[in-house]
Amino acid sequence: MNATGIARRRLMLLAPLGVAAVGGVAFWSMLDRMQEGKFDPHDIGNPMLGKHIPDFNLPGLGASQGFSSRDLIAAAQTQPVLLNFFSSWCIPCASEAAVLDELQKMGGVPIWGIAYKDAPEKTQKFLDQYGNPYARIAADASGDVFINFGLYGVPENFIIDRNGIIAWHIAGPLSDDAIEQQMLPAIAKAKA
Amino acid sequence: MESLSPLWGGAGWGAFPHSESKGRKAFFSEEKKQKTFISSASSNDRGHFPHRRAAKKQKFFGSFFQKRTFFLLLFLLFSAHAYAVSDPREMLPDPKQEARAEAIGSQLRCLVCQNESIEDSNAQLAADLRAKVREQIKAGRSNAEIMAWMVARYGNFVRLRPPLTPATFLLYATPFLALLAGAAAAWFGRTRQVSSPPLPLTAAEQAKLAELSRPQA
Repeated sequence: MNATGIARRRLMLLAPLGVAAVGGVAFWSMLDRMQEGKFDPHDIGNPMLGKHIPDFNLPGLGASQGFSSRDLIAAAQTQPVLLNFFSSWCIPCASEAAVLDELQKMGGVPIWGIAYKDAPEKTQKFLDQYGNPYARIAADASGDVFINFGLYGVPENFIIDRNGIIAWHIAGPLSDDAIEQQMLPAIAKAKA
Repeated sequence: MESLSPLWGGAGWGAFPHSESKGRKAFFSEEKKQKTFISSASSNDRGHFPHRRAAKKQKFFGSFFQKRTFFLLLFLLFSAHAYAVSDPREMLPDPKQEARAEAIGSQLRCLVCQNESIEDSNAQLAADLRAKVREQIKAGRSNAEIMAWMVARYGNFVRLRPPLTPATFLLYATPFLALLAGAAAAWFGRTRQVSSPPLPLTAAEQAKLAELSRPQA
């Protein structure tokens, strides 16, 4: 066997190993980024981000008044509004309630809530139990508004600016980190 | 299936109160059926002698096993399309429209389960999206319009067959790249034909050969 033959054989042996090594490094970095929270394979992104909110007009809980997309944009004239979709049957919503309560006490961001596919009396019970941080509450019994906002689970949170544009979005409950590192800068930018 | 991100933790971010998908259930029971089918077939197939087999055939023909095998095969034949449309009221009265709805729905990803189509999933959101598809078909919208409606809300992720974009280019190019890689491997890995005849033996080698081939005393 001559020299080129040996080189060729060596290449044949090393090429699959090289491919496997590249795949391994890529997979490892993906897992690493998942652990650091920089990458979430389930996050599908929301195409509504940067777009105008869909039109809606929802009733409130029981006899109380709900709100419409117009009311929301009118309120966003003074400052950006946090729109929170929640439900009494959703467990992460219950743990998010404490964060929302704290945010409401801190002031600065009005929180509006939409209860998704929930009986008004159950929503009321949920608010009595975990506190009510909402300036306004509406009930989306059919889930139509939920779909028009591109939601696929609760809770999800949106920041609406004065033009009715979705300035920021998170598919999941708010955490202290998410508020400080993402939401507050997004609000500052929306105000500017 | 419900997908839960480790980030959001808990017993279900976005946990719709939905039951297990029927499609999946059908799959499991199908698997079970298949197993029973295989075991019953092999237990009946054990006789190797032709006469024994022939004698058995008569008895075997009307036997319980035969009937069961027949029905299991029949079930297997019709279980491929175990859609999750559980409520017949969901379906459109016009079979043509219903077929269109099923075709569109089977191309739409259930956002909750993420690896099932909305036709296969039993999640609440999938049922709502199925209803949206049918609502729009009834309103006379075209397939492309309905697809655009879904993509506006959920992005290209909602399409189980994504369009060719820079992000999906590698996905579509992979089969051709794999073919190229295989061709390259075959080209470089081919053994070369021995073209030149071996060199003649040297004098020392000839002497050694003569010594080795000398008959033993």
